[in-house]
Amino acid sequence: MPAFVLLTVMTALRILHRNRLRAGLTMLGIVIGVGAVIAMVSIGQGARAAVQAQVASMGTNVIVIMPGSTTVSGVRGGQGGAVTLTINDAAELKKRSPLLSDTGWAKRDVMQIVNGNRNWNGPVNGVSPSYLTIRDWSFTSGGPFTQADMESAARVALIGQTTLENLFDPGEEAMGATIRIKNVPFHIVGVLAPKGQSAQGTDQDDVIFIPFTTAERKVFGSQFLGSVGALFASTEQSADLPEAVEHIRETLRARHRLGPDQADDFTIRTQVDIGKVQEGTSQTLTVMLFAIASVSLLVGGIGIMNILLVSVTERTKEIGVRMAVGAKRIHILTQFLIEAMTLSLFGGMIGVIVGIAGAQLTTVIAGWPTMISVDAILTAFLFSLAVGLFFGLYPANKAARLNPIEALRYE
Amino acid sequence: MAPLILCEDLWKIYRIGDVEVPALRGINLTIDRGEFVAVMGTSGSGKSTLMNLLGCLDQPSRGRYHLDGLDVSTAKPDLLADLRNRQIGFVFQNFNLIPRTSALENAQLPLFYRGVSIKEQRRQAAAALQRVGLAGREQHYPAQLSGGQQQRVAIARALVGAPSILFADEPTGNLDTASSREIMDILEHLNREDGITIILVTHEPDIAGYASRELVMKDGQIVQDVRRAPHLSAVT
Ligand SMILES: Nc1ncnc2c1ncn2[C@@H]1O[C@H](COP(=O)(O)OP(=O)(O)OP(=O)(O)O)[C@@H](O)[C@H]1O
Ligand SMILES: [Mg+2]
Repeated sequence: MPAFVLLTVMTALRILHRNRLRAGLTMLGIVIGVGAVIAMVSIGQGARAAVQAQVASMGTNVIVIMPGSTTVSGVRGGQGGAVTLTINDAAELKKRSPLLSDTGWAKRDVMQIVNGNRNWNGPVNGVSPSYLTIRDWSFTSGGPFTQADMESAARVALIGQTTLENLFDPGEEAMGATIRIKNVPFHIVGVLAPKGQSAQGTDQDDVIFIPFTTAERKVFGSQFLGSVGALFASTEQSADLPEAVEHIRETLRARHRLGPDQADDFTIRTQVDIGKVQEGTSQTLTVMLFAIASVSLLVGGIGIMNILLVSVTERTKEIGVRMAVGAKRIHILTQFLIEAMTLSLFGGMIGVIVGIAGAQLTTVIAGWPTMISVDAILTAFLFSLAVGLFFGLYPANKAARLNPIEALRYE
Repeated sequence: MAPLILCEDLWKIYRIGDVEVPALRGINLTIDRGEFVAVMGTSGSGKSTLMNLLGCLDQPSRGRYHLDGLDVSTAKPDLLADLRNRQIGFVFQNFNLIPRTSALENAQLPLFYRGVSIKEQRRQAAAALQRVGLAGREQHYPAQLSGGQQQRVAIARALVGAPSILFADEPTGNLDTASSREIMDILEHLNREDGITIILVTHEPDIAGYASRELVMKDGQIVQDVRRAPHLSAVT
């Protein structure tokens, strides 16, 4: 049997080579189908990986609490003018819920930041020191400010990579430099490591962190002392997240004196929720590619069936000769199945190349992240083999059931 | 020992619509190992039909056919294929080589279905081609060979599997006199030196003259069965 299979594959290759154009046209469906499968999986996995990276960039087991209620569509509505979250809420949460390992808070505003003769409009965040640990910020040089800085409302700042590039010349030392935020001088005590895009698509490195107290008293000029833009909390275990969210909800509802028929005046999000939103968008494309893949593979399969039926008719006499010298039905069946599978495998191989190229083109043109996986390529190969097998079966069986005498007589 | 071929009241009836065409009508025949039989008769008398039955390409409508002691009249297709592969060689009037496939690969074909290693297939096929005088033509395609050479490739293919019987249905029908003689000399040699049983259909008395036994068919029956010394035109 091995010699038989090997020689049959060689014969199949020779016949395909002889009928290159015909074979090429037949393979087109498989090429497009497999290409679409590869592109589909690559884009899907790329998107998932990107989302995971973005979610991870938030920190681990992070819960974000924002003021304002959630509308039905899941989009946060307007703040309604009410200041609903305060530093005291954060302190209370930490006290009430043993599941929360830490709580922090932040408030942001876009400000003009000046370094010498360069200036930049970017977000400035007044944050608690705990915020930096919850969000897992690390430093390329320097380090976070301290609780003492917080208490003394020190004029110290941490600078993100994007802001740094916009305020400093290449090679210029930022550590220890003095910048002015709304004309208040700040000392840079830390340079943040890059985090890249957030799940919402904003550049997380375009940022300045200063102590919350400093921001409140010297920069933002808040009407209500203690009001925050968002609260942050974290748990030790990701399994604790759902329960912690419930604790937070109950605590805040009680503190805000909300009646049972009143909606939350705040919105709680975890990493899991944020990841879900983005995965949805890439799914639309995946579904579309899946449709293309199925239709193309079907068309490709029918093409293979057609070319094989033609081949069986053209080679009826040859089949008769093979039977006359002792070919059994299984031999004839195998021969045509191998021809079908060779055809579909070749199509699959070209399809893999087309798919990889397509995925890469998507990255270049549309900016979608893609990831080419061995799994996808293997799946595509198996798929094309299966298509060849399935659609080759009918013609191959037809050939195998020929009567030797009639086949020999066929002109 | 059982005769190589034993037919008892063999019938073959073709159906075309409602009409029954009896191509063979009660053939009784015994052929022993090593015989060289010529089958003659008018066109349509049933010679090819008989060859196809004896060669296990077809099955009788009625009657018994024992090949080497084995009743094959009702055998399954795969058993028939196996018999064709191991016991039987065919040579056809129109050569029936696989086009655009080298002489060597054509000659390999029976071994290909026997699961012999590729190396062994090539070795034996090359030896068979050498026996029919085609050494050096292994890589030629059928289209690059003369009719006589093509028929010799077909003989090499028929004998490569060391069959006990060789069926030749008008093997010289498409060949000129010189090529016909070459083919017949090869067949005679195979019969005489290798002891292969040969059953040959021909319209030409010259060709039939190589055989040691002559059957004449008419309307699906054997009407004459003569054993005689072959005239030794080819041997001298
Ligand atoms: N497949 C078939 N279907 C119907 N009738 C057939 C078939 N094959 C042969 N016959 C009929 O059977 C009879 C015998 O045919 P066969 O081919 O055996 O003759 P033959 O002796 O070989 O003739 P020739 O010398 O012309 O080759 C003929 O009448 C033919 O028409
Ligand atoms: Mg005939």
